[in-house]
Amino acid sequence: MARENLEFGDGVLLQHCALQTEDDLVLARAAIKLHSTDLGFSKLNQTKIVTAASELGRNVLEHGLGGHLKIDAIDQFGRKGLRLIFEDNGPGILDMELALTDGYTSKKGLGLGLTGSKRLMDEFSIESQPGEGTTVMVIKWT
Amino acid sequence: MANDTMTSVATLMRDSQKEILADWVDQQLKDPARTQAVPESSLRASSNEFLSIFQEAIQKGNLDNMAAPEWEGARKMLSELSASRALQGSTPSETASFIFSLKEPLFALINKQLGAGNIASSEAIVRYSKVLDQLGLYTFESFQKSREAVIRRQQKDMLEMSTPVIKLWEGVVAVPLIGTLDSARTQIVMENLLQAIVDTNSKVAILDITGVPTVDTQTAQHLIKTVSATRLMGADCIVSGIRPQIAQTIVHLGIDIQDITTKALMSDAIREAMERTGWSVIRNTSQES
Ligand SMILES: Nc1ncnc2c1ncn2[C@@H]1O[C@H](COP(=O)(O)OP(=O)(O)O)[C@@H](O)[C@H]1O
Ligand SMILES: [Mg+2]
Repeated sequence: MARENLEFGDGVLLQHCALQTEDDLVLARAAIKLHSTDLGFSKLNQTKIVTAASELGRNVLEHGLGGHLKIDAIDQFGRKGLRLIFEDNGPGILDMELALTDGYTSKKGLGLGLTGSKRLMDEFSIESQPGEGTTVMVIKWT
Repeated sequence: MANDTMTSVATLMRDSQKEILADWVDQQLKDPARTQAVPESSLRASSNEFLSIFQEAIQKGNLDNMAAPEWEGARKMLSELSASRALQGSTPSETASFIFSLKEPLFALINKQLGAGNIASSEAIVRYSKVLDQLGLYTFESFQKSREAVIRRQQKDMLEMSTPVIKLWEGVVAVPLIGTLDSARTQIVMENLLQAIVDTNSKVAILDITGVPTVDTQTAQHLIKTVSATRLMGADCIVSGIRPQIAQTIVHLGIDIQDITTKALMSDAIREAMERTGWSVIRNTSQES
């Protein structure tokens, strides 16, 4: 299954985080905060990145039955960025258009996690195979 | 013959309870793992109580299954003992050795009575060794369970302590939120806040989120829920401590908080709350710098 997004090339792996429990998500947020500070992001952008990660990470827990997160630093022709790849082997998304609609939720959320993190980040891509899982990749350029 | 041995050990224990007790308490006091958590007098009392319960149980003849009703009294006493020792700060091994340290005095007594090294005494020692191992393990597990219960209670206490409801002024209460606002936390904040509103007959509640690092859609949902509950109690709710970057992020996420009164600073919220409750703050001109 080729769900790995290679659109932006290989990055330098900064950290791998398991996402199985709410505590893992707390740790992942702290790690992202640290790495985004290191890369020199402004307070505002740090907050945007951590918030988007919180949304996507919670989706992995709530909808994807747990998974993991890869944090890496990428460099595209001199343009530097922080890339987050969320991956799970959950039920996947049957109707992608619906999932990417503001306010749509299959549970009791606000239905703004996917669309909201798309707005908070610079790049956003999502791939999903029903029955196999979901991968979400986001990037913030410095 | 095995049964004869068992009842004879039971009888033996009853007849020489004083002697065993003295030996056993000595063993426990000598234990290098012993902390000062349990005073000698209560050690002696528990030991004496256990000996009576123990010999009563073995008299009934079931030496194989400590989960059987014959052993209920012993189990009850051991789990109570574990619970109180967990609270007193004893270590798990110290607590388990309460039982294990009974082996030596008991085996010495068996050897004395049945003769050391013969089949009857060896058999009795093997059987009683198993009994005490099972009871020791049971004690260890009970201790562990009590520790976990203590930790859970402390966690709950901490949750409550970390979300105090403060009466700011007549009719105004405030909750400074610090840390991650997860579901469990929200539930406690809400319960405490609603109770405080009733108790103080407040008309305005301030939720300050200066100490909340991330406001995502789940946090927002929890805030919205708390604000609605406050309104149902007939009070207004003001959310303060919204840093500029958090405000922007909320907008990007697309969360609608039009309905909620928000303030950047807690001091703004206090001013608003005073106004709403009919107070005004006037600075004494002679104090002005
Ligand atoms: N990792 C995932 N696995 C399966 N389904 C997902 C995943 N992420 C999102 N979804 C689906 O997309 C919907 C919208 O997600 P989101 O915008 O985060 O809203 P919410 O989580 O509040 O429901 C979810 O309700 C869910 O049905
Ligand atoms: Mg979501």
